[in-house]
Amino acid sequence: MREKISETEVLRVADLARLELTEAEKTRMTEQMNQILNYMETLNELETEGIEPMTHAIQLQNVFRPDEIKESLDRELGLANAPQSDGANFIVPKVI
Amino acid sequence: MPLHSLPVHELRHLLVQKEIKVSEVVQAYLDRVETLNVKINAYVTVMGESALKEAGLYDEGRKDLNASPLAGVPLAIKDVLCLRGTRTTCGSKMLENFVPPYDATVIEWMKSAGAVFLGKTNLDEFAMGSSNENSAFGPTRNPWNLSKVSGGSSGGSAAAVAAGLCSAALGTDTGGSIRQPASFCGVVGLKPTYGRVSRYGLVAFASSLDQVGPIARDVEDAALLLQTMAGYDSRDTTCVDLPVPDYMGGLKKSIGGMKLGIPKEYLIDGIHPDVALSMEKAIETFRTLGAETVEVSLPHTHYGVAAYYIIAPAEASSNLARYDGVKYGHRSTDARDLLSLYRRSRSEGFGAEVKRRIMLGTYALSAGYYDAYYKKASQVRTLIRNDFLKAFEKCDAIIAPVAPIPPFDIGEKVDDPLQMYLSDIFTLPASLAGIPGISVPCGFSGEHLPIGLQILGPHFAEESILRLAHHFERATDHHPGRPPVE
Repeated sequence: MREKISETEVLRVADLARLELTEAEKTRMTEQMNQILNYMETLNELETEGIEPMTHAIQLQNVFRPDEIKESLDRELGLANAPQSDGANFIVPKVI
Repeated sequence: MPLHSLPVHELRHLLVQKEIKVSEVVQAYLDRVETLNVKINAYVTVMGESALKEAGLYDEGRKDLNASPLAGVPLAIKDVLCLRGTRTTCGSKMLENFVPPYDATVIEWMKSAGAVFLGKTNLDEFAMGSSNENSAFGPTRNPWNLSKVSGGSSGGSAAAVAAGLCSAALGTDTGGSIRQPASFCGVVGLKPTYGRVSRYGLVAFASSLDQVGPIARDVEDAALLLQTMAGYDSRDTTCVDLPVPDYMGGLKKSIGGMKLGIPKEYLIDGIHPDVALSMEKAIETFRTLGAETVEVSLPHTHYGVAAYYIIAPAEASSNLARYDGVKYGHRSTDARDLLSLYRRSRSEGFGAEVKRRIMLGTYALSAGYYDAYYKKASQVRTLIRNDFLKAFEKCDAIIAPVAPIPPFDIGEKVDDPLQMYLSDIFTLPASLAGIPGISVPCGFSGEHLPIGLQILGPHFAEESILRLAHHFERATDHHPGRPPVE
């Protein structure tokens, strides 16, 4: 099996995805991603030069709506699921 | 037939005739759930109290049973659809305590129609999986054989319908997540055309593929549920503003002279002989019913797995970026600063398959790899859709197996993600093309496990695939599925 992605690259991708991998997870993830990415090679059997990529399942038109003020989620409900809040704000560790 | 095995349309008859009370039906289901859920693990949350309260409104005459064809009908909801005030876990530790402040559109519409919600059903975490083994709350077991998987990701909904733990259920399908568990559990499951049903309030996995649909005991019930679910909703910009046909009325029309395409690529090596045999019998049944069959070609079928497992994880990696431990969801208690809060919360909250897909998706979208993976897969998606458009010039619908294999053992594929992905080969192409598909029972394997037939139609042709499935169902004796679990 060809190596498509190294352990170092796996860690770089994990960093982009904001994930931390344990040593065991890193080894396993590298192995499984290599297996899967090697399988993805089958797509290269197809010539796709000039073929439009498909991003939507159906023909879509831009949807407009009038810019009107509507009722929105009230603050209490919006904060209800927050792991930490002070009743008006979400609380996070100090940034600056 | 026992109460818990009645299809919705028959139950409704008894309710309207006042032969039985809504609270009696709800209590009968809750009693069964109490006994059987420990074995099957179909429900993550049971809503006994609110269901009985709702049922009481009908019995006291404060709500009208004649108001809609779903009034008083006990439903189960896949736990990926937001239901105001009831926790919605998505099968994830990340959302173990998440209580949505609003209803998904389909939930709102089901409520308006008077349905009674019995509970939220188990699923693969964030709907990512084909066996329900990726749930943080343990796998859902197949009611036909508790050592087998229920299928996924709507395995809880399919198992609940099969085991008589609800009248019907809502599921969601991104790459086969309604059709495959319906097939594995011996019930009916319909994935509508992308855009037919609103996705508002459906927790996003892959937004260009996700659709909500019914899982039911028979085709008539599936039509009944779809009738209420389908329609335009301005809160989902991909929802299509097209008239909703009379699906129930459509069932009665003849299928004589309809042309059915048989894709030669779907009879691949590696297809289980029991699946191949039940397909042959299904083709014969349709011929007997007066439908014509024609061979069609979907030459890019084989590439669906690779294209899907790039596109869906790419979209997932973006959608799941919202889980950061700040606004809702799991938050690590072990963070030094904001960045480590994000990392720790996500790493502790997500399970292995979700992490794998986020990683694959992030990689496929990252600088230097975008063209080779995401763009290439999106071009192949065009080829797959074009295959269907061309095939539908020759036929009204396509029939194929739902899965190449019958339900497999719990634990069998869990350590080999690629093998698990490959088992989705027959459901992924329709998802990528955005066309509707229905899974209807078509026989049993040698081990007496259900096998499903898939009927695929052109965009927005739900009416014709429902009609074909209905006629097929009436001509065969695989219905209603009643597994031996007690």
